[in-house]
Amino acid sequence: MKPAAFEYHAPTTIDEAVALLAEHAPNDGRILAGGQSLVPTMAFRLARPTHLIDINNVANLDKLAIESGALCIGATVRHAQFHTPACDGVLGRLLTDVVSNIAHYPIRQRGTFCGSVAHSDPASEWCMVAATLDATMIAQSASGERLIPAKDFFETVMTTALNEDELLREVRIPVLSDDTVYGFQEFNRRAGDFAISMTLVTYQLEGGKIVDPHVGVGGAEDRPRRIAEAEAALAGQTPGDDAFRAAADAAAAAIDPMEDHATNAQYRRDLTATLVRRALENAAS
Amino acid sequence: MATATNRMLGHLGDSVERLEDPPLVTGKGRFVGDINFPDQLHMRIVRSDHAHGKIISVDTSAAEAVPGVVAVWTTENIDDVPPIDFREGSDPTLALFRQYPLARELVRYVGDPVVAVFAEDPYTAEDAAELVVIEIEPLPVLINADDPPQDFKGQATTEAAIVEQGYGDIDTTFANAFKVVEIDVKVSRHTGVPMECRGAIGRYDEARDVLEMYGAAKVPHRNRDTLCRMLNRPASGLHLFEGHTGGGFGIRGELYPEDVLVCVAAMRLRRPVKWIEDRREHLMAANHSRQQRHIIRAAVAEDGEVVGLDDELYLDQGGYIRTHGTRVANMTTGTLPGPYRFPVYRSICHFRLTNKTPAATYRSPGRCESTFVRERLMDAVAVAMDMDPIALRRRNLISLEEMPYGRALDVLGDSVEHDPGDYAGLLDQGLAQIGWDDLQKKLAKRRANGEMVGAGISMFFEKSGLGPSDGAKIFVDNEGFIEVVTGGASIGQGFETAMAQIAAEDLGTDYRRIRVVHGQTNRIDYGVGAHASRATVLTGTAVSLTAQAVRAKALDMAAELLQTSADSLTITDGVVHAKDNPTGPSLTLGEIAEALIPTSKLRGDREPYLKGEEWFHIEHQTYPYGHHIAVVKVDPDTGGVEIEKYFIAYDIGRAINPMMIEGQLVGGLAQGVGGALFEEFTYSETGDPQAVTFADYLIPTLQEVPDPEILLTEDFPSIRTPLGIKGAGEAGITGAAGAIASAIDNAIGIPGAVTETPVSPQRLKKILSEHGK
Repeated sequence: MKPAAFEYHAPTTIDEAVALLAEHAPNDGRILAGGQSLVPTMAFRLARPTHLIDINNVANLDKLAIESGALCIGATVRHAQFHTPACDGVLGRLLTDVVSNIAHYPIRQRGTFCGSVAHSDPASEWCMVAATLDATMIAQSASGERLIPAKDFFETVMTTALNEDELLREVRIPVLSDDTVYGFQEFNRRAGDFAISMTLVTYQLEGGKIVDPHVGVGGAEDRPRRIAEAEAALAGQTPGDDAFRAAADAAAAAIDPMEDHATNAQYRRDLTATLVRRALENAAS
Repeated sequence: MATATNRMLGHLGDSVERLEDPPLVTGKGRFVGDINFPDQLHMRIVRSDHAHGKIISVDTSAAEAVPGVVAVWTTENIDDVPPIDFREGSDPTLALFRQYPLARELVRYVGDPVVAVFAEDPYTAEDAAELVVIEIEPLPVLINADDPPQDFKGQATTEAAIVEQGYGDIDTTFANAFKVVEIDVKVSRHTGVPMECRGAIGRYDEARDVLEMYGAAKVPHRNRDTLCRMLNRPASGLHLFEGHTGGGFGIRGELYPEDVLVCVAAMRLRRPVKWIEDRREHLMAANHSRQQRHIIRAAVAEDGEVVGLDDELYLDQGGYIRTHGTRVANMTTGTLPGPYRFPVYRSICHFRLTNKTPAATYRSPGRCESTFVRERLMDAVAVAMDMDPIALRRRNLISLEEMPYGRALDVLGDSVEHDPGDYAGLLDQGLAQIGWDDLQKKLAKRRANGEMVGAGISMFFEKSGLGPSDGAKIFVDNEGFIEVVTGGASIGQGFETAMAQIAAEDLGTDYRRIRVVHGQTNRIDYGVGAHASRATVLTGTAVSLTAQAVRAKALDMAAELLQTSADSLTITDGVVHAKDNPTGPSLTLGEIAEALIPTSKLRGDREPYLKGEEWFHIEHQTYPYGHHIAVVKVDPDTGGVEIEKYFIAYDIGRAINPMMIEGQLVGGLAQGVGGALFEEFTYSETGDPQAVTFADYLIPTLQEVPDPEILLTEDFPSIRTPLGIKGAGEAGITGAAGAIASAIDNAIGIPGAVTETPVSPQRLKKILSEHGK
């Protein structure tokens, strides 16, 4: 379990980093941030990048601040920085509730938010958060920057809209209004495991009716996404068992669950219905 | 003597801190990965990625061309090395099924070693290993032991053996039974998964013609003997050395292909050879265990007495038969009746090879499986007879009056002779402590409110202290330091502490003044290591007898020097003094040792040195017993199971260090919970292993393992050992799957629902949906 040979680069500026990436990406050069996913796959030799461009020493990638109504999360911001709210209000609380489900404490000290999003494991909590809350990804390359909305970003298992020469410099999550309620549910066999299915829901109330519902599902399909059918089942409804069950059933019906040797599609579908219903109940309580 | 008492720590029964911990918790441990020798080579194994096939060709040329590669071996390079033999000696009926260190002609599981690459560093070895090209002609793959056997090398079938045990007239008993209850249950494939993977370093000292292997564990002396037999070397010229060992659980420390390879390579390449296993290899190459299917039926009388037990089982041995031979089959069929009387009994084990990782022993081998099966059956009988499951068990338990209770069954070459014990009495104590009746009421009320909660019990007897013999040596130096030399092994269980406490008791000294040697074949001729919950029972008793002999010698010498009788003397904190005058004339153990050196004029005609060597021979194994109780809550929507409460009752006979025993029970339970709810080696139809990382082989974490309540009793010291010691290593796991399965049945209100472990959420959800829940 020793990685194949690679060349290591430690740039100190973004320009230098993206220049190195432009040069080496065609030969499977890769960005190294927290390394919590990449390094184990290298140890198994499932990944064998010829060049690693370590961005941990790059200046100004550790931004974690509200700008223009969005929480901006730089490329080297660690999971552990969300153990306490990264911003005031609902969004800060939501991210703190989610982060404890990500792997284990030591991994959260090193792994990064943007690294998870760029890695795009379908069971990544941050990917689901980004998809549910309509985050915007800032992709930086030697030729400039590009903004990619979450709905266009996650393509399939470990595949994103990032070009090979692009560094995911920052993720921006719109701040949630104070009247937003949310619920998060995840199910796995053991604490810290990859989710078999998970969901994040948010909505507001106007005149006792649900407005702007977001229902995101992760872990169940090949990518996290908002489930329009479930959202439609909620919009304009009074929060309660009828609406929640309708949304849960709609979500379960709408998804195309992954199957593997341990989990079949039917189980994931049933589980997703349960989790969506419970997340909505959490949001309402 | 209050101050002396405070300073003299660690006698029998004290929960003192472990002697072995300071280096382990300060990063000073010396595990196999920490051991290095100048000029060493690193070995990397190329393993079969076919489950079954004929080796057509092996091309090593590209690997050999890599700079830094010293040698690349196939089986042809070591065609004079025989297959790995059985620990208990050669067995012609099973010899055909043994594994060569490198596969010869056939590969029989994914992970089967085919090529060994030796290089200057481990990176180069792994790079070169990727360049080896192995051409395999696939053969039909056999995955299930209950499918029809296949041909084995044109000389046999894959049913390597049928192991049958029993007594009494099965046919008549079942023909006359009031009721017959049958179940069909499975235990999945699990293994021990020690924190430290395997590793071995072979080193040949040409100057002394001594071959050494570092990284030994569990049974260093037995492995030395097997290696001597295989490599035709004298025992004086082959030594094994155990360092710190990060867990054993039965699987670490057996003699594996890689161990043989580093030894042979060290001699032939004339350089030390180091091999460190990675986790992926570990999960496909180290021994698996457990996988069995039982079709078992009980003949029941009208009053609930189970008058006959008839079992047929299929044991999935995997690709080869390793060092244990048919040991697990023997222990399964020999211990299946457990703590119950069962006057008529038969178990037939189909011991069959498949194309999966070879299987052998893992903590509580045979008992873990048979206890699950038997306790599932007892629950089924209770339902069929409309009896309370506790009452049904009571009806069938062997009573104290019948003890010691013998059965015409064989377990490891020893007939089963239950030590005296009050199985029903401990059950009473356990149920009282946990408040069973009240618990039932509370659970019934919660179930009435819609919760799926339930409790279950599993009763068992254990076996420990596998004989027949063990010896120990003790040496006291002129400063009064004491060395205890054993052929035991320390796999993390606290062996050094237990031995030191036992020696300290008779030598009247602080246990911290005692140094315990284990796992070094050059320090003592004989040893049977640490397995079968035997170390404290056998080696501990040998240490006790030796300490008594050394004490007698010390008092005898001191009596002459102090001009009194030995009877009037005692030892306190390493000082010999008159029993009735602690502050009077005295001698330290060091001073007595000095009086006994060969040149001492004071020695008289006594043998030189303050030392001793004694042996302990045990007549039968010892049989501790107990029960587990689990309380679980099932989430009907997800199929998840939460263990709300867990209780273990166990009679240990005599506790040397209760803290360490509780540690053994808690650790065993963690693995028991793993087997019951999480862990499973599954294979594709083509024999590809599907659990080769910890993302797929789910060992439970601290979050999933309950903190059990433990009732540790010393009510029935073993009659087989002078100190009354019975073993502690395995009882934490033995009852777990049975208790958890029973609790799940109870929680979901479907008797007999759980027929298979692990009870994964998906499996449980399927059961619930099939029953409309």
